[in-house]
Amino acid sequence: MGRYVVRRLLQMIPVFIGATLLIFLMVNVMGDPVAGLCGERQCDPATAARLEREFGLDKPVWQQYLTYMGNVFTGDFGTAFNGQEVTELMATAFPVTVRLTLIAILFEIVIGVTLGVVTGLRRGRPVDTGVLLLTLVVISVPTFVTGLLLQLLLGVKWGWIRPSVSSEAPFDELILPGLVLASVSLAYVTRLTRTSIAENRRSDYVRTAIAKGLPRRRVVVRHLLRNSLIPVVTFIGADIGFLMGGAIVTERIFNIHGVGYQLYQGILRQNTQTVVGFVTVLVLVFLVANLVVDLLYAVLDPRIRYV
Amino acid sequence: MRITTHARWAACATAVALATAGCGGGGDGGSDSAAVLSASWGDPQNPLEPSNTNEVQGGKVLDMIFRGLKRYDPETGEAKDMLAESIETDDSQNFTITVKDGWTFSNGEKVTAQSFVDAWNYGAGLRNNQRNSYFFGYIEGYDQVHPEEGEQTADTLSGLKVTGDRTFTVKLTQKFSTFPDTLGYNAFAPLPRAFFDDHDAWVKKPVGNGPYLVESYNRGSQMSLRTWDDYPGDDKAENGGVDLKVYTDNNTAYTDLLAGNLDLVDDVPAAQLKNVKNDLGDRYLNTPAGIIQTLAFPFYDEAWNTDGATKVRQGLSMAIDRKQITDTIFQNTRTPATDWTSPVLGEDGGFQDGLCGEFCEFKPDEAKKLIEEGGGLPGGKVTITFNADTGSHREWVNAVCNSINNALDNERACTANPVGTFADFRNEITDRKMTGPFRAGWQMDYPLIQNFLQPLYYTNASSNDGKWSNKEFDDLVNQANQETDTAKAVGLFQQAEEVVRDNMAAIPLWYQNGSAGWSDRLSNVKLNPFSVPVYNEIKVS
Repeated sequence: MGRYVVRRLLQMIPVFIGATLLIFLMVNVMGDPVAGLCGERQCDPATAARLEREFGLDKPVWQQYLTYMGNVFTGDFGTAFNGQEVTELMATAFPVTVRLTLIAILFEIVIGVTLGVVTGLRRGRPVDTGVLLLTLVVISVPTFVTGLLLQLLLGVKWGWIRPSVSSEAPFDELILPGLVLASVSLAYVTRLTRTSIAENRRSDYVRTAIAKGLPRRRVVVRHLLRNSLIPVVTFIGADIGFLMGGAIVTERIFNIHGVGYQLYQGILRQNTQTVVGFVTVLVLVFLVANLVVDLLYAVLDPRIRYV
Repeated sequence: MRITTHARWAACATAVALATAGCGGGGDGGSDSAAVLSASWGDPQNPLEPSNTNEVQGGKVLDMIFRGLKRYDPETGEAKDMLAESIETDDSQNFTITVKDGWTFSNGEKVTAQSFVDAWNYGAGLRNNQRNSYFFGYIEGYDQVHPEEGEQTADTLSGLKVTGDRTFTVKLTQKFSTFPDTLGYNAFAPLPRAFFDDHDAWVKKPVGNGPYLVESYNRGSQMSLRTWDDYPGDDKAENGGVDLKVYTDNNTAYTDLLAGNLDLVDDVPAAQLKNVKNDLGDRYLNTPAGIIQTLAFPFYDEAWNTDGATKVRQGLSMAIDRKQITDTIFQNTRTPATDWTSPVLGEDGGFQDGLCGEFCEFKPDEAKKLIEEGGGLPGGKVTITFNADTGSHREWVNAVCNSINNALDNERACTANPVGTFADFRNEITDRKMTGPFRAGWQMDYPLIQNFLQPLYYTNASSNDGKWSNKEFDDLVNQANQETDTAKAVGLFQQAEEVVRDNMAAIPLWYQNGSAGWSDRLSNVKLNPFSVPVYNEIKVS
């Protein structure tokens, strides 16, 4: 088990370097960010040159990348164009998005898995058909439509919630945005769980457990669900990183100043330091989430533990 | 949230009726916190320094916490003396400026002549990377403080001299009769010593001399401004303060306004223009601002710099149905342009309705004829380049292209060429990569006809993106700048504008309006000619 974890950790290094290099190149290909800094007016050449030097943009890309990575290992993610440290931006953005992601994941686990189990056990019944239809609708309607619609109904028409989230972004204000963010994944989790449960229900070990006379609850939770969760856990694990990075639409609708907002601003202003910094952290989140998923396999299925 | 606010107000009203005791609302002492309004805001692009702020969002704040030598009248746009007791000159080149007595910064420091000179030297200095340095370009010694290449060789502008506690002199490198009128621009604001002594702390919480002070600034999310009780000016704030809240999307701000969580939105999203009358009734404002949209041409491209090309440009201008586009796409929040300035200047300021004449009227048949006479479109077609990331430019560019295609009976005559980001768009412009017309917008820095012409069309001027050059135009602008009589100067500028027209240096499209919507708590909401709300005059009931 220990060697397995070490091997997995070592594998993360090339992935990390490759991903950051790719992002670095992509942002750089977009062109010279200083051109947009002076508004509709052209920056005067002397100031432009000074700004370029200050942000290290006058050096070749490979050199910029090496300096950047060197700094990253000392915890220095550079400075955004508005003079703020990128680490400062991260300190305000990540807690908000982490809260939002937590709520979304909770929704996925609680509602998604429950609905999946219920429908998987009652395949073909009206409940099953109903939920299937519902998930189909959720999957096919884009997030921004769901978001704007719920915002308009709950926020403006009925006045149950505030349509936008305040700058502190406490948990209770994030419930609706979290649900909107989770909606599509939630539908997938439901469907995955349903299929997996329905498949495993006829397997030998379930029949044995029932034959042993175990209570139904114990059969479903300990035997059936535990074995059916592997694909679901994989999906949710991969989804953590996806939700954090992909929250741009939801964060924009509800005016949440999280990672999505900073990334959007960074891309719009072609701010290499912000974009690469945030993406670097997101890559790490992805990698760690994947590691946790792999470790969870071992917990769920003892056969994997000894590989 | 909404209910509590209302309840508080009901209680408040009763209290006021019983005894004219002030209404403490939140109860955090000091100023009347219940009379604080909340307004939408965007994250400023650059650090908040007067000479480093070149966009509206940062400009809003500077307008609240700073007062300069002059101030533009919120209604007429006229430059009126604010801190200036007098600005005297005999030759339009040497100015003696006296600062009024009794003004202080909100930290108690006196505003003196030195406060201005220090601020201007800082703004001009190359070392300080200020985006607005060029505003000091007319002052003598600028080329040493801000050379085009290399390091600066002087720290202070030789043209600025402090001659007394409240007086200083300015020497310009050329005659510039309207120079005093430019001094209302934020870049010319005075700065307290605190700015230089602890710059980082100042940027985190700016200190100025305007009617508001910054109570707290949470970068990227909110700035709370409160009325400065000891403000010496006569334009004191008529409310308790303003909470500027950062919105990433103006649609969300509008939704918040409808839900009662926000008091003021100063940019009604285009998608909501159809509903705004229904939603807000007369709590909506749509007034002209000093912004004009044009199509510029790359004069560095041989094909656009031929003798016939003038006719082609004129023809293209006549092929655009401005009226229909402003009606349908912009819901009348833009007005078809008939000159190259803006209606906010007024007749006296140099705006001339109809100066463009028939070249700005929609005449498809004549358009076709003119383009043919001029040798046809270069390469048989034109592409209009624009940035697709902000400002919903795509819609109108497509409409303009359709209009041109219909006029020319050619489906492929005009195509739109979107560029991903604004920075990239600017990049292509500065690298002279344009091959056809491209989007150009101009928001005035100060309400002078000079500002609509010189930066855009003078040879090698800072915003002459098309690199148009015309000796006659340059001469007229020089003459106008030397003319001490304002009316005559304006007349000369108008003659210069006629040169722009005769050569169709850029196609004027439309004047842009500013818009605002507000909650029923507010009254006396106005937009100034820069399309920024006049915050200090807003009353909260």
